Amino acid sequence: MAKITYIEADGTEHVVDIATGKTVMEGARDHNIAGILAECGGACACATCHAYIHHEWFDKLSPANPVEEDMLEFAVDTDPSRSRLTCQITVTDMLDGLIVQLPES
Amino acid sequence: MTHVIVVGAGQAGAALSARLRQQGFEGQITLIGEEPVAPYQRPPLSKKYLTGELPIDRLYLRPASFYADQNITLMTGCRVERIDRAARRVITPRGPLAYDALVLATGGRARRLPQALGGGLDGVYTVRTLADVDAMAPEFVAGRHLFIVGGGYIGLEAAAVARQRGLTVTVLDASSRILNRVASAQTADYIRAQHLAHGVEIIEGETLDHLTGVSRVDGALLSNGRQIPADFAIVGIGLAPATELAEAAGLDVADGITVDALCRTSDPAIYAVGDCASFPHGAGHLRLESVPNAIAMAEAAADAILGHGTPYRPNPWFWSDQYDMSLQIAGLSTGYDRVVSRDSDRGKSFWYFAGARLLAVDAVNDPRAYMLGKRWLEAGLSPNPAHVADASRELKSLGTS
Ligand SMILES: Cc1cc2nc3c(=O)[nH]c(=O)nc-3n(C[C@H](O)[C@H](O)[C@H](O)COP(=O)(O)OP(=O)(O)OC[C@H]3O[C@@H](n4cnc5c(N)ncnc54)[C@H](O)[C@@H]3O)c2cc1C
Ligand code: FES
Repeated sequence: MAKITYIEADGTEHVVDIATGKTVMEGARDHNIAGILAECGGACACATCHAYIHHEWFDKLSPANPVEEDMLEFAVDTDPSRSRLTCQITVTDMLDGLIVQLPES
Repeated sequence: MTHVIVVGAGQAGAALSARLRQQGFEGQITLIGEEPVAPYQRPPLSKKYLTGELPIDRLYLRPASFYADQNITLMTGCRVERIDRAARRVITPRGPLAYDALVLATGGRARRLPQALGGGLDGVYTVRTLADVDAMAPEFVAGRHLFIVGGGYIGLEAAAVARQRGLTVTVLDASSRILNRVASAQTADYIRAQHLAHGVEIIEGETLDHLTGVSRVDGALLSNGRQIPADFAIVGIGLAPATELAEAAGLDVADGITVDALCRTSDPAIYAVGDCASFPHGAGHLRLESVPNAIAMAEAAADAILGHGTPYRPNPWFWSDQYDMSLQIAGLSTGYDRVVSRDSDRGKSFWYFAGARLLAVDAVNDPRAYMLGKRWLEAGLSPNPAHVADASRELKSLGTS
């Protein structure tokens, strides 16, 4: 279990508990947090689960695999220093406190 | 507008209900589905759910609490029997329900093999619902022989899962080649090669005489006389859009429920979205079977119901996972006159053109080609085909016009 803060583009904050093993994308979807469409359901095929990771957390995550990197390179409004596909981040206890900023969708 | 009823609790029905609330609709929403479970994702049924990697609780589109929280009345295990347009009611086994706006999001049913060809034998499965896949899952035991009728995406995904789990697999496609309806010969060649390398037998351009067996399938007899033993069979020969409610109600139907650009059927109080709906496209109509279309069309219809709709225009895309192949498709290839292929460090992409105009891209393990192709297509831009084919040119540097 990890407490994750999702901040919508308009500043609305959601602090929710996400079960270990789910992804950061699933956590947002399960709590109906706007800004993460996740059309492909986590298949790393759509980039509609893109979000910005707070700079204090970005380097603590296991790095993006090459597929995710390539997707991010050409997704809209990405920032190499903080963008991730949230369906590729699996929640562990280590992520307790993670802060995720959602893009304008 | 006080009561919106949505028939079909699948991808589109769920997206439409969620969108109505997100847009501030405060009336009643009733989402009625024939299946006994809450809305779930179908794509993993032939991928990670079938391999066992994705547990059922992660298959659902939303947690059970979502519907109550959003004040959406979800009625599962309830088949709408009839639409009474004059009285604006739907008739269900649990009684009639009155609507102000009705949405048909009924999807479709997997086409079956006729009884005469053995379609009714035990051990013959289709892949559309969770129940279908739960029923076939125990058959996936290493060493057994799976016979697949139909070399489309669903059949090939099932083949890949079966090989990964140690089954012997034969795929039969009656047309001249696999993926005939949906992809170019070049794409099909590439994908076929992967399946052959993984030990799948692929038979193309041969027809099935019938599936053999007394009460349970034990093999297949092809029209050329060849007999193939099998322990079970999967039939993946396409989808029949679920139009029967619409037809019985006298709505316009032609390969799907005909809708206008605002997703309205020939009765303006009734909308249709997703796999069952055929919308205006170019000079004619188009019906798509994909998650992105189901979602985008559902959202367009929700906005139209709320009075601020804009004409629905899809940005078609699709994906498929087989072995370690991740296939991403952008655009619609219909009408192409040439295909240009391009190698990248990890994969390959196939670019469909009509003259100088880019129509679609199939990218295998090449997300950059997919992402760029999709952006260009959405912007109406086309790269020079000769430059696309030249792998020494950086994708990013390709000029578009
Ligand atoms: C195995 C498989 C793999 C797929 N893979 C992909 C993929 O990789 N990418 C992709 O984009 N798409 C994929 N698709 C297609 C995608 O799942 C569909 O396009 C999408 O589910 C369509 O959504 P829908 O809501 O229109 O229909 P559905 O999801 O089929 O929902 C329709 C629902 O309506 C119900 N219904 C019908 N009639 C009635 C009635 N009279 N009363 C009550 N309920 C009724 C049905 O029971 C069903 O639950 C796949 C589909 C399958 C089956
Ligand atoms: S949900 Fe599609 S890439 Fe993450």
